[in-house]
Amino acid sequence: MAKKKKKMTLAQKNSIAGYLFILPFIVGFVAFLAYPLFQSMYMSFCNVTVGAGGFTMEFSGLANYKRAFTLDAEFNRLLTESLSNMAYRVPATLVFSFFVALLLNQEFKGRGVVRAIFFLPVILSSGVIVGLEYNNTLLQGMEDVVQSSANTSSVTSTLQSILDTGGSGSKFFQYVFDIVDSVYDVAIASGIQIIIFLSGLQTVSTSMYEAAKIEGCTAWESFWKITFPMVSSLILVNIVYSIIDFLIRTDNKVMEKINDTMSRQMDYGFSSAMAWSYFLCVMGIIGVVSFIISKKVYYYE
Amino acid sequence: MSRVKSVERQKFWERNQKSGGYLLKKTINATLYKVARAILLFGLCFLILQPLFNKISISFMAEKDLYDSTVISIPRNFTFSNYRLANELLEFWVCLKNTVLVAMLVSVIQVAACTLAGYGFARYKFPLRNFWFACVMLSILVPPQTISSSLFLHFRFFDVLGIFKAITGDTINLQNSMAPYIMMCMGCMGLKSGLYIFMLRQFFRNIPKELEEAAYVDGCGKLRTFLRIMLPDAKPILTSCFLFSFVWQWTDSYYAKLFLGKIRLLPKALTGLVGRLGDYYQAVTTGALPSAAYEQALIATGLLMTIIPLLLIYVVAQKGFVESLSQSGIKM
Repeated sequence: MAKKKKKMTLAQKNSIAGYLFILPFIVGFVAFLAYPLFQSMYMSFCNVTVGAGGFTMEFSGLANYKRAFTLDAEFNRLLTESLSNMAYRVPATLVFSFFVALLLNQEFKGRGVVRAIFFLPVILSSGVIVGLEYNNTLLQGMEDVVQSSANTSSVTSTLQSILDTGGSGSKFFQYVFDIVDSVYDVAIASGIQIIIFLSGLQTVSTSMYEAAKIEGCTAWESFWKITFPMVSSLILVNIVYSIIDFLIRTDNKVMEKINDTMSRQMDYGFSSAMAWSYFLCVMGIIGVVSFIISKKVYYYE
Repeated sequence: MSRVKSVERQKFWERNQKSGGYLLKKTINATLYKVARAILLFGLCFLILQPLFNKISISFMAEKDLYDSTVISIPRNFTFSNYRLANELLEFWVCLKNTVLVAMLVSVIQVAACTLAGYGFARYKFPLRNFWFACVMLSILVPPQTISSSLFLHFRFFDVLGIFKAITGDTINLQNSMAPYIMMCMGCMGLKSGLYIFMLRQFFRNIPKELEEAAYVDGCGKLRTFLRIMLPDAKPILTSCFLFSFVWQWTDSYYAKLFLGKIRLLPKALTGLVGRLGDYYQAVTTGALPSAAYEQALIATGLLMTIIPLLLIYVVAQKGFVESLSQSGIKM
């Protein structure tokens, strides 16, 4: 045995050490992710009944999926709603966080305080807090009362009534106003994204800007020619992060329904089927988006 | 001092004349930009902080202030009764103690396991490394809800390769203990563990290789190099990961509900607050129900009580949250 050990090359030793370091991860991954993932996929094709001593699975083909997409009254609506919400929330988050990161990267008085406030959503938008925030009927009610009694419309709705002439552009305006109206949600959801963009912006060396300035580059040009390409790889990271973040928020309606089906109705097969269809939709979106973007991303190094 | 300034001012106009008005234009533009930026930033900061201020003011209002339309943000009947009631209903101190203990334990274990994995991925070459790293990515991508039904049953009827069933004749119900969640954290599968592995790997990758080689040449073993050379270097990113893990664990209600059924934690108590308020009202006022407004005021109070410890940590360790993360340079 001892002889054998001596004959081992450095590369072999290293690979053993490497495997030892990631051993906890491998065990955890197999036991708590890969296995449950396959089991829940199998469950989604089954009729699961829980008894006293264990649970039995009875293969039932696509029945659960059929039920989710054709019989269930809510699932289709919630799924499309959630996905279309994601389609406008994620770009908005991205633009907002990039813009804020640009601002926070500049020198000004009180920058530390402002940064601290903008990263506060990392705490404020986690876990149970989001769920409670959205159930806040009192504030909603108060808002309605104030709006109806004051008889003045908000800035956005006035602007909207001016701009909304019913042309082809009105749909686009509608989209923009939706985002403006939900700017709080966007701001709350973009804490981590701002940090990621900021870390990218800080790695761009100032000598590049200086060189560009001497060559007669305006600030606008140097933004598109230097800043944007240099952080473009982070756009991909942020898109994926935003999509996932949106997907597993506690206030997500689809997730609520899945949890409900699982914990209240104890219908494990059906809830797995719904979870899998949602998961596949999102994976598809992430795949397509990252495929398109990764072709246009510029990698520095 | 004033003379210097006046000389400077004179110089400014002189220089302005010489540049043909360009300097003045430039200064005005720069000032305008600064003012616009300050207004914008102030507005955005206000946007983020306003709900928090709103909750603070509501939490000090007596019930009749909530209906008084002339009271907007400063309570007329200033009271601590909301806090007293929320404290009683949440059993705040018990929950706080539990939450602190659980969050501490979980985040320490999580960071330890993730550090090992992150270090392994960053510093060693081994076959299938990319495959396993893709698995880390997968663990970030898979929403916990997808696998929760299976996990739930898995721990309800827990068994390792049928050993327990062979010995005791039955599977073990781990549903109401902390064991399942601790096991998951040890296996890097806790809340957002994949993200921490990713962050730590990025950090370890940027440490110069010479440092490690020097240690090897001096006769330091692999484990000792890791413990003595690498870990002290990684302090900032470790604190950062620990803080994130702590905060997210603190507010998490999903895993808490799924695995930590019997332990009373703050987020769980918070979601059950309305129900308890109803019970309390029925006991005290014989059958009356609390108004919706009062329920919300109490929830706001409870929410504040839950996040105040986090806000304190945040204020003290703000640098730990942010600076180390931006230094580590997250890149794909």
